[in-house]
Amino acid sequence: MNYTYYAGCSLHATGREFDLSARAVCGRLGIGLAEIPDWNCCGASPAHSTSHLLAVALSARNLALAEAQGAGDIVVPCAACYQRLAVARKELGEDPGLREQVARITGRDYAGRAGVRSLLEVLGGLDTEHLKAQVTRPLGGLKAACYYGCLLVRPPAVTGFDDPEDPRSMDDLVRLAGAEPVPWGYKTECCGAAHGVANEPVTLKLVRDILEVARRAGADCLVCACPLCQNNLDARQEHVNRVFGTDFGLPVLYFTQLLGWAFGLSDRDLGLDKLFVKFRPGV
Amino acid sequence: MPRTGVFVCWCGSNIGGVVDCPGLAAEAARLPGVVISVDEKYMCSAPGQNKIIEAVREHRLNRVVVASCSPRLHEETFRKVLARAGLNPYLVEMANIREHCTWVHGPEPERARVKALSLIRRAAAKANRLQPLSGSRIPVTRRCLVIGGGIAGLQAALDVADAGHEVVLVEREPTLGGNMAKLDKTFPTLDCSACINTPKMVSAASHPNIRLYTWAEVESLTGYIGNFEAAIRQKARYVDHEKCTGCGICWEKCPTRVPSEFDAGMGDRKAIYIPFPQAVPNKPVIDREHCRYFKTGKCRICQKLCPTGAVDYEQEEETAVEKVGAVVAATGFSLFDWAGAYGEYGYGKYPDVITGLQFERLVNAAGPTGGKVRRPSDGAVPQTVVFVKCVGSRDEAKGRAYCSRICCMYTAKHALQVLEKVPGARVFVFYMDVRTAGKGYEEFYQRAVREGAVYVRGRVSKIYRDGGRLVVKGADTLLGRPVEVDADLVVLATAVEPAAGAAAVVRLLGVNADQDGFFQEAHPKLRPVETHTGGVFLAGACQAPRDIPDTVAQAGGAAAKVAGLLSRPELVTSPMVSSVNEALCSGCLLCVPVCPYRALEAGVITERINHHPARERVVVKVNTGLCQGCGACNAACRSGAVEVRGFTNEQILAELEALCL
Amino acid sequence: MLNLSRAAADGAHFVEEVEKRSGQRLTHCYQCGKCTAGCPLAFSMDLMPHQVIRLVQLGLREEALDNKAVWLCSTCATCSTRCPKNVDLAALMDALRIMARREGRTRKGASTALFNRIFLDSVRRHGRAHELGIGLQHNLRSGKPFKDSDLARGLLVRGRLKFRPSRIKGAAEVARIFAEVKRMEDGQ
Repeated sequence: MNYTYYAGCSLHATGREFDLSARAVCGRLGIGLAEIPDWNCCGASPAHSTSHLLAVALSARNLALAEAQGAGDIVVPCAACYQRLAVARKELGEDPGLREQVARITGRDYAGRAGVRSLLEVLGGLDTEHLKAQVTRPLGGLKAACYYGCLLVRPPAVTGFDDPEDPRSMDDLVRLAGAEPVPWGYKTECCGAAHGVANEPVTLKLVRDILEVARRAGADCLVCACPLCQNNLDARQEHVNRVFGTDFGLPVLYFTQLLGWAFGLSDRDLGLDKLFVKFRPGV
Repeated sequence: MPRTGVFVCWCGSNIGGVVDCPGLAAEAARLPGVVISVDEKYMCSAPGQNKIIEAVREHRLNRVVVASCSPRLHEETFRKVLARAGLNPYLVEMANIREHCTWVHGPEPERARVKALSLIRRAAAKANRLQPLSGSRIPVTRRCLVIGGGIAGLQAALDVADAGHEVVLVEREPTLGGNMAKLDKTFPTLDCSACINTPKMVSAASHPNIRLYTWAEVESLTGYIGNFEAAIRQKARYVDHEKCTGCGICWEKCPTRVPSEFDAGMGDRKAIYIPFPQAVPNKPVIDREHCRYFKTGKCRICQKLCPTGAVDYEQEEETAVEKVGAVVAATGFSLFDWAGAYGEYGYGKYPDVITGLQFERLVNAAGPTGGKVRRPSDGAVPQTVVFVKCVGSRDEAKGRAYCSRICCMYTAKHALQVLEKVPGARVFVFYMDVRTAGKGYEEFYQRAVREGAVYVRGRVSKIYRDGGRLVVKGADTLLGRPVEVDADLVVLATAVEPAAGAAAVVRLLGVNADQDGFFQEAHPKLRPVETHTGGVFLAGACQAPRDIPDTVAQAGGAAAKVAGLLSRPELVTSPMVSSVNEALCSGCLLCVPVCPYRALEAGVITERINHHPARERVVVKVNTGLCQGCGACNAACRSGAVEVRGFTNEQILAELEALCL
Repeated sequence: MLNLSRAAADGAHFVEEVEKRSGQRLTHCYQCGKCTAGCPLAFSMDLMPHQVIRLVQLGLREEALDNKAVWLCSTCATCSTRCPKNVDLAALMDALRIMARREGRTRKGASTALFNRIFLDSVRRHGRAHELGIGLQHNLRSGKPFKDSDLARGLLVRGRLKFRPSRIKGAAEVARIFAEVKRMEDGQ
C-alpha cells in the first residue's frame, strides 16, 4: 500500500523521532511513503488565527502538490498538520468559490482526489493479524496512557475516524504491541503546546495536570501522536518538576515508537535515544 | 371469634432491607386473635394476593392485617383481595411499616423492628374489632353544573354535553370566552386564539344539552354528590334578549364611553355594550354604574332607537334553581395587580409600562389599535420593546412564590410579534429562567431568539422615565454586570392568580383552597381533577396556573369524571362515614357547625320509653352523601353518640391499648 | 453603565462581521456555559468563553476583541465538539483574533500575537517554520533572551532542533501566497 507522505516542519526538528519511527514502522509493515516534493508549512495555529484565507491557501498548496504527485491519499503523522490539511480539504470541497479563490492565490488547483488521513488512522485500519505478525518483542503488560490530544479527534466533522470523547484506535494498537492501555480521563484534553513559547506558565499547568492524571491512572508511560504534545509533555517535564515540586519521570513516546519497539526495531531507528525521559520497558 | 391472618410485606428492599420480615411475621403470630402470620416479597403482586386468598380459605380467616405500605397506596387493592376471598372488604387493616417505619428509620434497624412490631400489634388489635361494612345507595341527578365559561368551562361543558348529559353553564361576564377570548395568537403554533375559541363559544351556546347562563353567578350550592341544588342569580341586563336582535344600533349611538374591561383598559366601550364583536351571546347589557339614564334619569337614547323595543330599564335580577348531580369549577385566573406592588416599576404611573394581557389587546387585529403595535402614551410605534418576566411570580417579597408557568411562552410569542410587526425593532427580554416544558415550546422560544429577541438573564430593578424614553435598569448575570435599556414600551409578564372572587366560589362549593387561593385538588398526582368534596371537579387555571393545552386536557379529564359519575343511576357511598347512636345523642347539635361538609343537621325522632307516651326528640342526622368520614363530629360529640364507621371509639381505644400499654 | 439598546445599535455591524467571518449564528448560543465548563484554558482567562460569545451577542465590539481570552484560546475545539447548539466557538475565536489583529487590538495578547507574527514570517521567508529561529526571535523581541535556553540545549543535543532553517525550493511561491492573500484581504 502506498501513500503520499506529509511530514510537516516539526517532524524535521523537535519531532524528528516521530518521522524516523513512522518511516521505520511503515517500512516494516510494507507501507510505501512518497514524500510530497517541496512541501511547505501548514501554517498551524498562527495562520488560522491571522487569516482564514492564508490558512487554507498554505495547506492547499500541499494538497495540490500531493494530488499532482498522484500517489494516493496523503498520510500525516503530525496531528496538527493532519487537522489543518483535513480542514482545508473539507472547506475547499464544500465551497467552490473558495476553491477558485485559493487556486488563484496558489496558482495550483486541488480537485479533492487525494484524501487526508492521519497515520494513526491508517495504522489502526490495518489488518490486526498483519500487525500482530510483526510483533517480536511484546511489551509485557506495560501500562500505557494513550494521549490523543485535541487535533487528532476534533472537530469530529473534520477528523471523524475515531470517537472524539473516547478515542480507541491508539489503545487498540498499543494492546496489539503487548502493552496494556490504561483507562484515564485526559485522553483528549489540550496540553497547551500552542502556548509553549508565548505563555509558558499556562502550558506548564496543563502539562502538570495531564502527567498527574496519567500517573494516578497507573500509567508507566504516555503514548501520543502529535509532535507538539510529545515535545511539550516530554521536554518540559523537568521544568514542570522544578516549578511544581513534582517528581514526574514518565516516558512520553510516539505510538510509532512503541509499535516499532514491539516489532523489534532498534532504539536508534526509532529515535528512542532522542527522548528526554528515557523509555526502558521492563527495567 | 376473630381469626386474624397477618401478612408481612418486604416491599423488595424497602422494608425487607431494613427489618427481618420473617422474624416479624413469627412474632406477629403470637398476637391475640392471630391464627397465621406469613411474609412475602411483594404482597401487592399476584402471588402475594393469592397467598392471602389461600390463607383465608385454608385457615378460615375472618380478619386480615397487611403490614406493608401506606393505606393510601394499597388499601383499596387489599379490600378487593378480601372480596375475592369471599370476605367483606372492610375487614382488612393495614400496618404502615414502610413510610412510617423503614423509610424513616433505616439507620436504626433494631428500633425499626420494634416499631414495626408495635404497628402490627396495633393493626391486629383493631382488626379483631372490625365489623363488616357496606355503603348506602343514593340516586343521581344526571345533570352537571359548570361554573365559568372560559376555555376550561367550555371544554368541560361540551365534553359532558356530548356524552349525553345535560349541562348548566354559568358565566359571570356578559359573554363566554374568558381570558382566552382576549388573546391574539396562541403559542407555540401561533394560530389565532379567536379561530379556535369562538367556535367553541358558539357550540356551547347552541348545544341542545347545554343550558347557558351569562351575566349570572352561582349564589349557593346545597346537597351532595349526585344531588346538588344550585341557586343561580341572573343579573339584570336591562335588555330583553328574547326581543333583541343584536343589531348594534344601541351601542353605536350610546353617548357614554367607558374604559373597556375586555381590552384591559387599552380601549373604550359604551355604557350599553357587548364586550367584543364575537361575543356570545351577541346581545348587549347595560352597565348601570355608568349609564347616563341610570345616573341622571335622562338619555334613553338606546331605548328610543331600539327597533325591537328590547331595552328595559325596569328589568330586575332573577334567581333560578337548577338540580345537578355534579359540579365543575372552572373559574380561571386573574392577573396580579403589579401596579399596587412594584413602585420600582412606577406603580402604574407610566402609561407605556403595560401587562402582557394589555399587549395582547394591542396586537389583536380586533383590538383597539386594529393590531398595530402602538404605545398607549402617544400612539407612536415603539422601536425598542422590553419584556420583563416574573413580575409578581417567584417573588416572595412582593408577589407570589410560585412560577406562573405561562409567561415564558407568551413572552416569547410577544417578542416574535413585535419583531414581525415592527421591522427593525429591538426586543429585549429580561428573565430569570426560561421554562419551556411543553411540546414544541423550547423550539418556539429558540425561534424568538433566532428572530432577534435578546434574552438577558436577570431581574429588572427599576424602570423610570427620562425624557421621552423609559430607562430599564437590569442585570446580565451571565456577564455579571448591571445593564440598562432605553425602551419605548415595557411589557410586564405579571403573575397568574386565582380569579377575583374565586375564594367565594371555594366557600360556596365547600371545597378547599391551597395557600395561594387556588382550588385544592384531592391528590396532586392521582386525583388531579377531583376535590375532597364528592361530585365537585376542577378544570383549568382555577387549580393552578395553566396554559391552554393543559387546560383543555384537564377539562376533558374533569368531563370524563363527571360523565362516569352521571352514567350511573345510583351511587354507592363510602360506608366509612359518621353514624349516630340516636339513643345516646342528646340533641345538643355541637357537632353541626364543626362539620366542614355540612353533612349534619338536626332531625326529630319519635320514641317511646317504657310505657311513657311517645314523644319527639331532637337528634342529629347524618347525610351520608355529604359526609366524607373526617371524624370532626366524633371528636366534638360529648356523649359519644357520633362515630365514624371503621373508626369507632372501641376500635381506636383498642389500638391505643395495643400501642401504649 | 452598559446600555444594551445603544450597544445593539452600535454593534449591529460588528455582529454581522463576526457571523460572516466565523460562519456561526450568534443567536444559536443560549449561554449554557458548557464551553466554559470544558475549556482547558479557562483558568487563565480574564473572560470566560461563554462571556466572550455573550459580548458579541450584545454587540460589544471593544470588549469582545480587546481581552486576553481570545488570545489564550488554543483552538483545541473542545467547546465546539460539545456545544449542544453546534456553535463552533473555536471558529468564532479565530474570527475574533483576526479582527482584533486587523484593528490593532492585540495589547492583551501581545505575546501570542508576536509569536504568530514571527512564526508566519518564518514560513513566508523559508516556506517552512524554523522552530529554533522562531523561539529565539520571540525571546529577543519580548525581552526575555534566555527563556527556555535549557530546553533548547536539550533539544539540540538530541538532534531535535536545527540551527539553520530549511528553505524550500518553492519559497518564493509561498511568499507570493502571503502577498496575494494580503492583497485580496486589504482590497475587501
